[in-house]
Amino acid sequence: MEYFTLFMGAVIVNNFVLTRFLGLCIFFGVSKSLNASVGMGMAVASILTVSSALAWMVYNWVLVPYNLVFLKIVVFVVLIASFVQFLEIAIKKFAPALYEMWGIYLVLIATNCVVLGVPLINASANFDFIKSVINAFGSGAGFALAIILMASLREKLQYADVPKTLQGLGIAFILAGMLALSFLGFSGMIPL
Amino acid sequence: MNYWDIFKKGIFEMNPIFRLALSLCPALAVTSTVFNAVGMGLCVMVIITANNVVVSLVKNFVNPKVRVPVFITIIATIVTLTQLVLEAYFPAVNKELGLYLELVVVFAIILARAEVFAMKNGVVASFFDGLGMGAGFAVAMVFIGLVREIFGTGMIFGGTALAVNVFPASYDGPMIMILAPGAFMVIGLMIGMFNVIGEYQAKQAAQAKAALLVAQRGEAV
Repeated sequence: MEYFTLFMGAVIVNNFVLTRFLGLCIFFGVSKSLNASVGMGMAVASILTVSSALAWMVYNWVLVPYNLVFLKIVVFVVLIASFVQFLEIAIKKFAPALYEMWGIYLVLIATNCVVLGVPLINASANFDFIKSVINAFGSGAGFALAIILMASLREKLQYADVPKTLQGLGIAFILAGMLALSFLGFSGMIPL
Repeated sequence: MNYWDIFKKGIFEMNPIFRLALSLCPALAVTSTVFNAVGMGLCVMVIITANNVVVSLVKNFVNPKVRVPVFITIIATIVTLTQLVLEAYFPAVNKELGLYLELVVVFAIILARAEVFAMKNGVVASFFDGLGMGAGFAVAMVFIGLVREIFGTGMIFGGTALAVNVFPASYDGPMIMILAPGAFMVIGLMIGMFNVIGEYQAKQAAQAKAALLVAQRGEAV
């Protein structure tokens, strides 16, 4: 039950994009098309889960025992960027078709606040391994949910009569505000 | 281009938040009060300036193929230093900014300035470029913070010794301004406003050019 609450909390109540404001560059950049958003959401969710697990191991087995916790930013950034880079090379070599589809997202994810944010949250909350992975997967799923919802809304927006000055990014922000408003309704549902 | 021009362009023409739409996460997350916005703005200003200077100093020793990892490591080191300084001398600010200060590492704007400007220019020019971009970021943050805090709570610097009531104490502002949705909407409207100003300036420039052309033709005749 505890794990379920943690998961739902990460997906809906503390939604990564709409209440924690992380990953906005990707959120606004990619949500123009629904297909790209689905791909991006899946890529973020899977990479986030694996890289958080890696970061947990490095943090708890290397940094904490040797009192190097203050180096966590440097270590996490390098760890995640090189992991994603490694993944990119591996996928390019072994699954070129998959690379065609996902390669571009991998490059975008490499240094991004979504993927760096979760390991830092896990570290500061002192989660154990299972909780870290659940939190990471939940956050990734929440990101995917938000970006897919946003992309569906933005596709409808193309037929709307938006004032000239607000076209593009301006109206996208206001739309995200409305989306955040509806997610606000979930707050308090799960005590954290 | 003199140093003043380099400094100035970061504030309006290439404002990181409103014009380039980069580094938005903290612009939404820590602007619920002006105090946090000022703290974050100053930190980013210091980090981006320091990073520009260091990158400009080491640019001749770095193999271009590995420059991005090197830049990221430099940024991460500077951010860690900033955080340690804050933790030691301003623990309250550090607690408020928390995660978002750590995430300055992956700010697109810092890496972009290193790549676009500091890599190609001297130390002094890079210093002013960083200062200008940082100032543009800080100004935008404070601006968003002002709107959100004033309309949300009716005061500035609420909760600190500097608290000033802008509206009478009976003002019961919409909480939404301080919460997440307000942040998105305020920034959306501000981007619209900047577009209006940009359009107006472009129109003025076009008119001035047309007038100049007419004047020149008059002279020719």
